[in-house]
Amino acid sequence: MLESSTSIEIRNVYKIFGPHPERYIEAVRDGGMCKADLLEKHNHVLGLSNVSLDIEAGYIQVIMGLSGSGKSTLIRHINRLIEPTAGEVIVEGTDVRALKPKALRNFRRASTAMVFQKFALLPHRTVLGNVVFGLEIRGVSRAEQLEEAHHWISRVGLCGFEDKYPSQLSGGMQQRVGLARALSNDAPILLMDEAFSALDPLIRVDMQTILLDLQDEVRKTIVFITHDLDEALRIGDRVAIMQDGELVQQGRPEDIVLSPATPYVEDFVRQVNRGRVVKVGALAKSVSGPPAALRVSGSLSLADAALRLVEARLSFADVTDSNGAVVGRVGLEDVVRTLARSAGETAALEGMASEELPARLAG
Amino acid sequence: MISLDGFPVMDADTLTALKKAIDGGFRAFTREFGATVEDFFLPLRTFLIFVERLLVTTPWPLVLLVIGGLVYLASRSWRLVAGAVAALLIIGYFGMWEDTMRTLAMIVVATLLSVAVGIPLGILMAWSGRARAVMLPVLDVMQTMPSFVYLIPVVMLLGIGKVPGLIAVVIYAAPPIIRLTNLGIRLVDADVLEAADAFGASTWQKLRKVQLPLALPNIMAGINQTIMAALSMVVVASMIGVQGLGQPVLKAIANQYFTLGVFNGFAIVGIAIIFDRTSQAFGRRLQKHREAEHA
Repeated sequence: MLESSTSIEIRNVYKIFGPHPERYIEAVRDGGMCKADLLEKHNHVLGLSNVSLDIEAGYIQVIMGLSGSGKSTLIRHINRLIEPTAGEVIVEGTDVRALKPKALRNFRRASTAMVFQKFALLPHRTVLGNVVFGLEIRGVSRAEQLEEAHHWISRVGLCGFEDKYPSQLSGGMQQRVGLARALSNDAPILLMDEAFSALDPLIRVDMQTILLDLQDEVRKTIVFITHDLDEALRIGDRVAIMQDGELVQQGRPEDIVLSPATPYVEDFVRQVNRGRVVKVGALAKSVSGPPAALRVSGSLSLADAALRLVEARLSFADVTDSNGAVVGRVGLEDVVRTLARSAGETAALEGMASEELPARLAG
Repeated sequence: MISLDGFPVMDADTLTALKKAIDGGFRAFTREFGATVEDFFLPLRTFLIFVERLLVTTPWPLVLLVIGGLVYLASRSWRLVAGAVAALLIIGYFGMWEDTMRTLAMIVVATLLSVAVGIPLGILMAWSGRARAVMLPVLDVMQTMPSFVYLIPVVMLLGIGKVPGLIAVVIYAAPPIIRLTNLGIRLVDADVLEAADAFGASTWQKLRKVQLPLALPNIMAGINQTIMAALSMVVVASMIGVQGLGQPVLKAIANQYFTLGVFNGFAIVGIAIIFDRTSQAFGRRLQKHREAEHA
């Protein structure tokens, strides 16, 4: 585990869209005016309402919500593509709101890089020309630009495509260019705005894998926006869920799945396959006594843990952390209960069982 | 009491006084500043005369070679080169070489001037809503006001000759490049601009690396339209003493010389087609990434 330090602090941020946001900020913040009233009476849109979020350095923070929930608005506050109406955004110790135009440009060049839903590549430039864009803007020497660009082009698997134009590439490949462009900027913060949402499901999983592999190497602070819960749970170290401009829940993926805070979040997580998402570490209970006959890693999924227990014909196992030290114990009964709650609901509601588990248990 | 028969007009004496006052004022201005204005345009005059001499005095085979070379560099098409050279050979054979060179000089200088003034103005219009609000009606006037009307003050100020002709041509030819530069920049995808912002691009970097390259197809179309507009002004410009293919046309109109008019008219058409095809081919070549889509 990395030592935790806060990379991005978002404090009580409000965003009102419209010609005169300053007129209504007090009514919203102190008077509790709601989104619907603001729209109906004053024709202003409440984009973000009292959002506070700490994002730790070196982790992937997913921000999830349906369209219109304010997630893309929120991510644009981090590099101030959108100005907050009220509140604070502190990035790596810098008060982003206070930056003058030149300082803001330097901040964007040095501290953040962004990947966009619609790729936003420069159509008149080749893959190579796109990847060096950020470096060009920063005024890096041409030799260094090329070295960095070639490194990242090969890391995202686009070797041999350097001279192609974006229009000659598939969506997945275009977004690899977008990713390489952002990574070559070597900023500590990577902002990904629905970066994979426009891609086919298979390609999307592919890109997630690439991102996770790269993250092992670069350890950046990644803010990842998505509307896809599977994606959120797969790549997020932390997940925050937004609804109507408000942050309704934040925590580890397991926390969200095991204890959804509101009906809205519950709706989201109902169809999740807990067997894969929840790690056995989340169920570990501390006990004293002789060690169990089986040890499983805390990062093992519930489904796999259940399988191991069944295969070993045991009813409990010790759970270890990443260093191999025992941190607690988990029983087969708890595992199955946790799995069954979701599998039962899902099966009853949607007619689809949590796939492999019952079959394997039976076998 | 307003009477319904006959439009209520301004009192005749007042109207006359008004016209006289404006005319008198402008005449005084001309007397006062005519020389200054003329000095201001002196470099332009020198440049125009230089280009004209260059084209007229250079031996024709060399001119033909250079034009053919330029057409090839711009279009990379031997067919176009052959067409251009053939057209110029025919023009020369029919005795219109020198007039054609003079017209060519005028078009080249007018186009350069229009582009030099028009692209910055177009960028300004794209950046500033206020600039756009001011410019649009001005452009409308420039394009629709009969050219004879603005020839009057130009001739009063500068007399008859090349420079007033050039100004008349530029007034008519600059609006397309201004309009299309503005349009091209405004049409640049907002997502791409946001990306440039997110990477910390300055205004100048955005213009140079994103907006101008992406506006290029429209800018090229603007240049093409500007050249065509300049050519269409050749005859009008000849009325205030610009030499070239316009003068024989004028003579033909006055004396009903049908053939003289047609020959010179076709010479203008010939140059227009050469310019048009070459500049379009050049524009397409600058858009390699678009052709790639069809590959």
